[in-house]
Amino acid sequence: MTAVDPVTIWSIIIGLAIGSYSLRFVFIGLVGDRPMPPWLLRHLRYTAVAILPALIAPLVVWPTATEGQPDIPRMAAAAVALSVGVITKNVLAAIFSGAATLYGLLYLLG
Amino acid sequence: MADTTSKSYYWKGFRDGTPFIFVAIPFGTLFGVFATEAGLNIVQTMAFTSTVFAGAAQFAALQLLQDQTPTAIILVSALAVNLRMAMYSASLTPYLGAAPMWQRAFAAYLTVDQSYACSIVQFEKEPKMTVPQRMAFFVGSVTPITPLWIFATYLGAVLGTRIPESWALDFALPITFLAMIGPMMRTLPHVVAALVAIVVSLLTAGIPYNLGLLIAGCAGMMAGAQAELFAERRKATS
Repeated sequence: MTAVDPVTIWSIIIGLAIGSYSLRFVFIGLVGDRPMPPWLLRHLRYTAVAILPALIAPLVVWPTATEGQPDIPRMAAAAVALSVGVITKNVLAAIFSGAATLYGLLYLLG
Repeated sequence: MADTTSKSYYWKGFRDGTPFIFVAIPFGTLFGVFATEAGLNIVQTMAFTSTVFAGAAQFAALQLLQDQTPTAIILVSALAVNLRMAMYSASLTPYLGAAPMWQRAFAAYLTVDQSYACSIVQFEKEPKMTVPQRMAFFVGSVTPITPLWIFATYLGAVLGTRIPESWALDFALPITFLAMIGPMMRTLPHVVAALVAIVVSLLTAGIPYNLGLLIAGCAGMMAGAQAELFAERRKATS
């Protein structure tokens, strides 16, 4: 553990706090209830189903824990969690079946 | 009366957000451990986690800090990781934009992957919700995880113990979000948007500062919007 220069750390913390808040505030705070054009709304309807899978996909294919090596237990767990979610529409059931698959296969494949 | 229904939507949000404690606890703890290892003291760690309040960007900033990266680059990179928050903010605006300014300012602070994912599902499912009901749901969805995230960070920073790798906590985040994404696949355009986003995110994974995520997200949104237009036109002509 090395002591880091406090000025650097506090600049990072304060800069990130202000920057992150601005990113979150920009639309909801500044646009408010002014109407947005239909083409923009049509794109925004797909924000969640585009960004969240794009956030997860590289983590599934190249997991950090295995230093980027594709890993059968993690891929299988991802497939199970997604399939159970699609079929049952039950988030908790999907989490637990995904976790069970991960631990089961990690144990079996050692 | 309006107050009662807002209250019940708050609790509905609370229940829908509860599964994310499986993300908040392991990741908060990991962040606390990682921050201590990077040389931050408790005050710095807690200030970081409670003001920035965005796991992925916090991890990215610490990683770069350890690599002796210049401060300006750290700030730009971590904010690039957080650019998706601006997209969430835009996506929530049609639903929450009519709320009073102080509520919107508060909601902006609470805009994270989890509250966004829960709320957008609920708002699309029940388009007739009033703005106060939506706001109550949104705040409810983030209530279970906020204190746990901050408390878990504290525990991680204090205990400072390495969590055994065999626990595979790294995978709590992908599993929880995949579980959340499944039920979102309601129409063909939603599926198209997700598939395009996945393919592009894998192709662009090598681009620095996590910009591949934004490229993939935009590609997915465009694909979804085009698929929706195509489906509408087919319905109109048939």
